[in-house]
Amino acid sequence: MMEEKAGETALILLGCPQVPVQTSVALYCAYMLQQNGIRPIIAGTTAARKLLEVADPERHYAGTLEDLDTVIGEFAEKKRDVDYCFVFAHNDSGIAYAGTMAYLSKARLYVLLFGEHPEEVAAAITFPCEQVTVKATHNPMPMKKKIDEVIRWVAASKQ
Amino acid sequence: MKPDILLSRCSFMEAREYVKKHIREHYEVEPGYKIFDVHLIGVPPLLVGIDGDDVIFPYTKPCHGTFVVKVPGGDEIARLRARRR
Repeated sequence: MMEEKAGETALILLGCPQVPVQTSVALYCAYMLQQNGIRPIIAGTTAARKLLEVADPERHYAGTLEDLDTVIGEFAEKKRDVDYCFVFAHNDSGIAYAGTMAYLSKARLYVLLFGEHPEEVAAAITFPCEQVTVKATHNPMPMKKKIDEVIRWVAASKQ
Repeated sequence: MKPDILLSRCSFMEAREYVKKHIREHYEVEPGYKIFDVHLIGVPPLLVGIDGDDVIFPYTKPCHGTFVVKVPGGDEIARLRARRR
């Protein structure tokens, strides 16, 4: 399997962007990864990507933006892998994508559960991963705090 | 190809149970299994059924949930039957 080049890489996987905190926190997560020497790749639905493209037109924070289904296909066909994978999940589809990545990738998998009822969404997780659960829909600050903790763990595990 | 939708906006687990309960001939596939031009998404086990000349499988759309769809199977049927049930 081809590994991504140029140091460690992290895939940030975004589903439906209907919960406002997702776009903001995904950009912040990408920024924090870059600050710690990890190259972010964001894969998302068309709407999720367009929100990021408009918010960060020169890609200062978002890094590489790719199509969700194309990326899943490349992982399924063993054409690529990454070191870390962050899946944003606020609904059942998010868990379906996280479970898919748990199967397809050797990456250390973090499932970021957010939205109105993240514990209920988490109940469908039956695969190995690190779960980060925050009740958050509009205010990104609780999730930002969790991202700070997670990236600290990631940075510490690199040493 | 326009699929028949057997179940709409369900969870991936409901899709699994639907295929298990309603489609006698079904096979376990891994996440990412490619059927036609679609990579299947979900938490294992993912079930794909065969009903006559059709295949029945779960299709997940991030904004809309999971659908169970039925389409003419073509060569996919032989490929599925070559797997262990």
